Amino acid sequence: MFSIVDYDTGNTRNLKKALDYLQIENELTDDKEKILKSDAVILPGVGAFAAAMAELEKRDLVTTLQQVATKGTPILGICLGMQLLFDSSDEYGEHVGLGLIPGKVIAIPDDVKVPQMGWNQNKAIKESKFGSIDGQFTYFVHSYYAKCDEENILAEVEYGTSIPSIVENNNVYGMQFHPEKSGQVGLKLLKEFQEVVES
Amino acid sequence: MLAKRIIPCLDVDSGRVKKGVNFNNLTDVGDPVEIAAEYQRQGADELVFLDITATNEHRKTMTQVVEQVSSQVFMPLTIGGGVSSVQDIQALLKAGADKVAINSAAVDNPDLITAGAEKFGNQCIVVAIDVSKNKSGEYIVYIHGGKTATKLNAIDWAKTAVEHGAGELLITSMDRDGTKDGFDISLYQEISQVVNVPIIASGGAGRALDFSEVFKQGNVDGALAASVFHYGELTIEEVKQAVKKEGITIR
Repeated sequence: MFSIVDYDTGNTRNLKKALDYLQIENELTDDKEKILKSDAVILPGVGAFAAAMAELEKRDLVTTLQQVATKGTPILGICLGMQLLFDSSDEYGEHVGLGLIPGKVIAIPDDVKVPQMGWNQNKAIKESKFGSIDGQFTYFVHSYYAKCDEENILAEVEYGTSIPSIVENNNVYGMQFHPEKSGQVGLKLLKEFQEVVES
Repeated sequence: MLAKRIIPCLDVDSGRVKKGVNFNNLTDVGDPVEIAAEYQRQGADELVFLDITATNEHRKTMTQVVEQVSSQVFMPLTIGGGVSSVQDIQALLKAGADKVAINSAAVDNPDLITAGAEKFGNQCIVVAIDVSKNKSGEYIVYIHGGKTATKLNAIDWAKTAVEHGAGELLITSMDRDGTKDGFDISLYQEISQVVNVPIIASGGAGRALDFSEVFKQGNVDGALAASVFHYGELTIEEVKQAVKKEGITIR
């Protein structure tokens, strides 16, 4: 069973629809016990970093997600959900994140249009379970990006600067784009995450 | 590189797609899900659904359409038509829309843009602007489906809309709409100089070359068309190949 963390964020239902379509058993939940027991946890997110962290705190889920990571359960953060996995963010002041991947979330340089909105072409940086992404376009909507060690970057795109599109730290994964909105390519990546979980 | 977007637009009335959608491989040419899936198959980068008879009753039907389409079609969906409150925006986003387009209501009350952007993020608030040139050559904003002229200058209004929190602009040239004479390049040049958010051009698409022209010269991020795609005069694949040939990044 996959848990999709329910903390009142925009795109959770579309993510659920994609998993349902792929027949991946999943539940939208903010129940700590369920999240701790699930085979994988997906952390979605749309909106602002600080508000999202506050919402996770309110539901007492920050420690829960850290426990899930320590246990070795695969976690996948999507879009803002990926950004929350890092140590901190600059979005409207300095805010502390979940600290599951070393790095910091900073603004996209303003010599390009912000937000980055649309399909960008990925380059695989490292061999991984998500190797199918190399050369493929996925759908992005974001104004901030993760600045992190190269060893944690599996794929990236160019937009004003190099922007990590898939990141990894052991059992913790993040996708900056929306796989649930990236057509067949995105559905395949969600399938590949399922394979990671089952392996 | 971020790809330029090719966006088909679908008019929806009472939960059915109107305006002669004419794909010969569909069993039901009015079914939004089937049509959306066909456009996805052809390689559309995003879909815009416009509720053309947006009464309260129809709006409920529209949310059902969005619900159904987003369960089967996994690409960005923008929904517009009659959106006039934060509740309307919320209902559409909840049903599965990724972005909501506001037109007349934003002109009447620009604070609606701000309220939507603050609550849901500016990335999902699109301000749609219908534009026509007046006798002295000034671009003027029209509302109520192009029926009512305002006193607003379109370039100024685009700027104001972005200042209020619009994350994207969908700009339709009413003068070019339906003419197939190509997009109004100078309109997009003027607007792209004053805002730093993505711009979608609409109105006038006739040939595949019209798309590469508006990308190259108009500095827009997406180009929208309805009839050329609906009637099968152009396929999305054809347009994309032609645009790619011109050296423009396309998915």
